[in-house]
Amino acid sequence: MNDMTPVAKTTTIKDWESDQEVRWCPGCGDYAILKAVQRTMPEIGATPEKTVFVSGIGCSSRFPYYMETYGFHTIHGRAPAIATGVKLANPELDVWIITGDGDALSIGGNHTMHILRRNLDCQILLFNNEIYGLTKGQYSPTSRVGTRSPSTPFGSVDRPASPCSFALGSGARFVARGIDVHKNLAAVLKAAHAHKGASFVEIYQNCIVYNDEVFAAFTEKAKAQVNQIWLENGEPMLFAGGTMGLKLNAKELRLEIVNVENGNWEAAGVIRHDQTNKGIAQMLIDMEIENGFPVALGVIFNHPRPTFERAVTDQNRAAAEGKTPDLQKLVAKGQTWQVEKQPHEI
Amino acid sequence: MATAAHQLTPQEASAQPPAENVVVRFAGDSGDGMQLTGGQFTLSTALAGNDLATFPDFPAEIRAPQGTTFGVSAFQINFGSTDIDTAGDAPDVLIAMNPAALKVNVSSLKDGGLIIADEGEFGARNLAKAGYDTNPLEDDSLGRWQLLSFNISQLTLEAVKPFGLGNKEALRCKNMWTLGLALWMFDRDRQPIVDWLKAKFAKAPTLAEANIAALNAGHAYGETAELSGFLKQHHISAAPAEPGLYRTVTGAESISLGLVAGTQLANVPMFFGGYPITPASAILHHLSRLKEYDVTTFQAEDEIAAIASAIGASYAGSLGVTSSSGPGIALKGEAMGLAIMTELPLVIVNSQRGGPSTGLPTKTEQSDLYQAVYGRNGDAPMPVLAARSPADAFDCAIEAVRLATQFMTPVMLLTDGYIANAAEPWRVPDMSRYAPFPVQYLETVPEGGFKAYARDDKLARPWVKPGTPGLLHRIGGIEKANGTGNIDYSPSNHQLMTDLRADKVLGIADHIPEQEVTLGESKGKLAVVGWGSTYGPIHQAVRRQRMKGRDVHHIHVRHIWPLPRNLGDLLRSYDKIIVPEMNTGQFKTVLRDQYLVDARPLNKVSGQPFRISEIEAAIESALS
Repeated sequence: MNDMTPVAKTTTIKDWESDQEVRWCPGCGDYAILKAVQRTMPEIGATPEKTVFVSGIGCSSRFPYYMETYGFHTIHGRAPAIATGVKLANPELDVWIITGDGDALSIGGNHTMHILRRNLDCQILLFNNEIYGLTKGQYSPTSRVGTRSPSTPFGSVDRPASPCSFALGSGARFVARGIDVHKNLAAVLKAAHAHKGASFVEIYQNCIVYNDEVFAAFTEKAKAQVNQIWLENGEPMLFAGGTMGLKLNAKELRLEIVNVENGNWEAAGVIRHDQTNKGIAQMLIDMEIENGFPVALGVIFNHPRPTFERAVTDQNRAAAEGKTPDLQKLVAKGQTWQVEKQPHEI
Repeated sequence: MATAAHQLTPQEASAQPPAENVVVRFAGDSGDGMQLTGGQFTLSTALAGNDLATFPDFPAEIRAPQGTTFGVSAFQINFGSTDIDTAGDAPDVLIAMNPAALKVNVSSLKDGGLIIADEGEFGARNLAKAGYDTNPLEDDSLGRWQLLSFNISQLTLEAVKPFGLGNKEALRCKNMWTLGLALWMFDRDRQPIVDWLKAKFAKAPTLAEANIAALNAGHAYGETAELSGFLKQHHISAAPAEPGLYRTVTGAESISLGLVAGTQLANVPMFFGGYPITPASAILHHLSRLKEYDVTTFQAEDEIAAIASAIGASYAGSLGVTSSSGPGIALKGEAMGLAIMTELPLVIVNSQRGGPSTGLPTKTEQSDLYQAVYGRNGDAPMPVLAARSPADAFDCAIEAVRLATQFMTPVMLLTDGYIANAAEPWRVPDMSRYAPFPVQYLETVPEGGFKAYARDDKLARPWVKPGTPGLLHRIGGIEKANGTGNIDYSPSNHQLMTDLRADKVLGIADHIPEQEVTLGESKGKLAVVGWGSTYGPIHQAVRRQRMKGRDVHHIHVRHIWPLPRNLGDLLRSYDKIIVPEMNTGQFKTVLRDQYLVDARPLNKVSGQPFRISEIEAAIESALS
């Protein structure tokens, strides 16, 4: 993520702020994400009129109103389907989807799966706060077992979905993670934008009202170093200030934590991050603090494949090639017969 | 090309007066190829210049268990030398390929009608499956009808013997043998079928030859018949028709063609988002082959994604179109509300089928009218059109595109399983006679500044394509401030916007034709008011009753919402009104609500179209 290429700075952050008053709860993680996106847009050389933000329903889905771009705040769970129509109708548009854990994985799980397997060129930012905020705090499909909420006063009993695991399983070619207030989020967004295809980004977002500090185990300053590992393609997978790393136990096909002494990671058996390795990506996604692992962050998987809208437009063009549209011919197609005059009356 | 005019030979003219029309029903196992046989007979009939109407009636199961009554597939065709509007009431001829087909269909055969049965299939096992204790071909139970039974299976096997097919493959040619016999009976040309078989089996010439041999054998059987006394050749003269070029068309075809024509006239690319559902899938199939007309088709993951992608495409500047049947339309309801709220153009085609729930997937019904006019959350007005026949569906589809793009609104086009599947002759339209209605995207900031919800004299808001500089804006399902389109929950604004959305749609009434009387005069004793595919039986019933001197008139409504401006006054000029519908009285309720008229229902929800006689009976009882 050491992006050294100069970027066209034709816009500034101000150009990306709409005139609408931002109405999230004070202290909401969404503010930080909005700023990170607005800051990223000039750096990637995006053009406001060619940019479309599409969202579903939920706190996060108010996002498009605050971007000075084209925007469509749609219905619950359906943003990927709407975005698919937008992109197929005009592949030149730069499409961003803003969604949440309930929007993308509960009511809209089906569309999330299909946009990923089709690989529509777009960025999907899933704000995961592990709670239903807009409806006042019910547990969500990513809430951990035992989450107490108005609808689960004795604690939730169903196991949570893992957004990145779902994405990878659905055939996503780009899977990344970020944290709302972390400085690295902008770099993750840039990488997502640079990837041609469906880029899936899970952003851990703190809901200050209904689920405050749910991610504290790895976002709190004191715990961040040992409980976060930021991945960089081609670089050794190190954390805790370089004193610990990830090693592949090839025999049992699982990752292990090893101590790294004096920066000698090779001797410790730490492996480099290969962002095209889907098997390792799955292991990274599955790492959990409860099992003593750090949370994998940054670009976990990035292995581009041809995009859906390209395949559709190519096929449309090929199918239409050499054919001249002629409505009159079209309506007269098939077996026809001529009635010359009124036949005899009976 | 054949010519429709046929000169009667003196022998023909004197031998027997030609029948006006004949109704033939082919019935067999769903694997027997009855729909194929019927379809090809339809083609040959159209080529002979007869007017015709067909009614395919098939089971929901792809391959229901062989020989059972619920696996029976039938295809009925009514053809003749007068205008044909319906598939006919009672068949004159029933071709029954097995005992189950006979059992299911024989009771609808006219008294004295002809049964042709394949006795090779009337073995003990098949008889038991159909629930016959004794063989109906051998007892007296079919005495009301003429019966002709011979071993079609055996005759087919012999005919195709030279081609060395396996027993199963050889028996598949039975339907062509039967078709050959039917072609002979009604003096039809075999050549178009021969050409079609050669094209169909281009990669398997042996199969083509075997099927042609079966066809010829069936034809020859009729001609040489030792049974000539029974099997008379019928000749049906060509029907009088407006001069012009004709083809046959099904509703699914004509809707697809109309949508293409409409988007071309509007000069807008078409995006079609669909999800397979009976009986609407055929529209997706047709459109997916028409890429050169700027058509993109997308088979979505579900009904909701199908309409949602269409809305996304409309937002991006294409005309989004989606199509489904009742259950799928129900799933699309929330998204329709979004299109209404964001005031985007969209066409939704509903090929109605029997409901509720999964209901009768392959049977026809008109029971989604409430769903179309009222079936969304909130006050969500939407224009609704209804096609009355396969040919009419072409113009309705163009009209739907016109209203959607001119008024920035979703529009629902109602058709039904009967229209979608049925075929009728269609005079090929002269496309130069359709006036274009090109869409105008807003591309520059207008005087006084850009407002996403500014309105023109039709109350339509501007259509702005993302990608246009200077016109950045956000839309969504939350209530919008009139003008700016910013979020606005204020009470006065919601009242205003609710009224504006309703007024915009009601205002369409100023831009559609006034209601005409389809048959009869604009006042009188009785009006029979219909919509959709009841057109045929209502029209014929009213015609027959008028020939008997009765004061009855037919009004058929295309614009279900908003209704034509003059409809209320027109209805009030009759003493009585009856509304035949294939539901429990939905349009009747709308008419009563809108005009406080005493519209009386005539309802049928059996999954079968009305019979002419049923409507005639209702007319007679209303006038007695």
